[in-house]
Amino acid sequence: MNKRSLLAGPYIVWIIGFTVLPLLMIIFYALGDGRGEMTMSNILAIFEPVHLKALLLALWLAILCTGICLVLAYPLALILRKLNIGKQGMMAIIVILPMWVNFILRIMAWQLLLSRNGLINGALGAIGLPGQDLANSSMAIVIGMVYDYLPFMILPVYNAVTDLKDDVIEAARDLGAPPKAVLTRIMIPLTKPGIISGITMVFVPSLTAFAIPDILGGGKVMLIGNIIEQEFSTSMNWHLGSGLSIALMIFVLISMIFTSNEEEGKERRAW
Amino acid sequence: MEQAILNLEHLSKSFDGKKILDDLSIDIGKNEFVTLLGPSGCGKTTTLRMIGGFIMPDEGRVIFEGKDITALPPDKRHINTVFQKYSLFSHMSVADNIAFGLKLKKKSSAYIHDKIKYALKLVDLEGYEDRHPMSLSGGQQQRIAIARAIVNEPKVLLLDEPLGALDLKLRQDMQKELIKIKNELGITFVFVTHDQEEALTMSDRIIVMNQGLIQQIGTPVDIYNEPENAFVADFIGESNIIDGVMPKDFLVEILGIPFPCVDSGFGRNELVDVVIRPEDMEFQKPGSGMLDGRVTSILFKGVHYEMKVQAGGFEWLAHSTEAYHPGTEVGIYVKPENIQIMHKPTSAAQEVINTNE
Repeated sequence: MNKRSLLAGPYIVWIIGFTVLPLLMIIFYALGDGRGEMTMSNILAIFEPVHLKALLLALWLAILCTGICLVLAYPLALILRKLNIGKQGMMAIIVILPMWVNFILRIMAWQLLLSRNGLINGALGAIGLPGQDLANSSMAIVIGMVYDYLPFMILPVYNAVTDLKDDVIEAARDLGAPPKAVLTRIMIPLTKPGIISGITMVFVPSLTAFAIPDILGGGKVMLIGNIIEQEFSTSMNWHLGSGLSIALMIFVLISMIFTSNEEEGKERRAW
Repeated sequence: MEQAILNLEHLSKSFDGKKILDDLSIDIGKNEFVTLLGPSGCGKTTTLRMIGGFIMPDEGRVIFEGKDITALPPDKRHINTVFQKYSLFSHMSVADNIAFGLKLKKKSSAYIHDKIKYALKLVDLEGYEDRHPMSLSGGQQQRIAIARAIVNEPKVLLLDEPLGALDLKLRQDMQKELIKIKNELGITFVFVTHDQEEALTMSDRIIVMNQGLIQQIGTPVDIYNEPENAFVADFIGESNIIDGVMPKDFLVEILGIPFPCVDSGFGRNELVDVVIRPEDMEFQKPGSGMLDGRVTSILFKGVHYEMKVQAGGFEWLAHSTEAYHPGTEVGIYVKPENIQIMHKPTSAAQEVINTNE
């Protein structure tokens, strides 16, 4: 080990202490039954109906959230590409500005907006419309997740879209492609690495989310993240919590392999 | 010129208040190889992009086969472009790049297959179908770009400095290649370049432009031998441009010395610009030429030597296959037919002619 690699020391200590060791502990707990016997039942508990239902709901909401983020981010990136704002400034506005406010606080703001006596129902009441049950629903969770994770979609997509060369788009037009064909045959395929990065960066955290569902679901909507969290904090069943975590992790890894296969042979990005 | 396929009528364009094109009109014939030649910023690329449909003129019309296509988007024009930066689609194979336009036109796969084969043969890249464009050299990429454009059977092919990024040897090969391709296809080429040698080599007709105005239109031989003004003379090859006076027809006084020439029709004692090409400067024994001078520098250029000669208070540029070393006394002689006389610019429009880049 040379002197330069010693500089990585603090980080290695950090990653071992706070990622590798906890992970090993989770595996240890997941495979134990509390009486010193090895068991797979904690991991296989994911197939119990109540857990499976929570996983599928989480999967559905994550897909919805990722889809909405992509549909919002791509046209925005196309518009931003036309405006001549410096790339640096754009990054600051999209990423750094929202981070000035803690994400839990921002979600709590949504709670206030969506609640029974909240701002939105107040506005609806003022124009004579009946109040809606907005809070404590799957929809509220999706709104919150889209709001929080949108920057992680915009950033890689915007990056990929601004890298599109004008002359390549002109070449496609020149060869007879109307604007729609330019989008589907040239722009989207060329920005695919950015789109896949964005999907990964939004899909994984929204699949495993528990704080946002907790606050905006009001305990009424149970996602797999909430069940795991409760096993650790309320039920104090660390074995089951760890087993479900491992099962979720395996699920995420499988979807990652799926996306990285998509990326095969394509230029890899930092994002 | 045969029947015109493309008429540019009074095109004008300004960007940010700066006039890029000023009332430009050109007729381009069928099967013609026309080159727009000029320094950067002269408006040649803007003109090409108007023909391609990428820029709308502020004023004027683009007529293609008798129809006004000024407002037609690029994908609706039977015109294709070869771009300076090749602009290949990096996410497609060579074959898919070439097939792009044909697939949009919903041609049969057998037709597309034949076309790809034919186009690759034409640009000398047979067997490259499955290669990835980014794995090819610049010259090969440009050939693919040409193949991709010509499979659509455009009636006019626009070429925007397509050889600019290639090295000299490759550029010369590609020049011959392009002429071959043009002759085989029998379509109109509109070529943009700032390289005067390229323009002289390839074109049927050259349009010399500067600051949004046409300076001269003519065959390469006309443009080189009979430049209409000092800008053209200076831009096309090297030349000695000197002030002169025409005391009478067939005689011009340069630096106070009478030179017989073949030009007539100028006003009595009219001030003129005189152009003498360096290769037309002939050296004789001192005293036997029109004026004597002394060689001040010599450079070996391969085909010839380039000498500077101080004579009559002017520094002359001369090319010769024989070396005359600095300090040598020479007599300068110029044949009358090698002296080119031009009117001095008079109007404001002509004034730009003298502003060099």
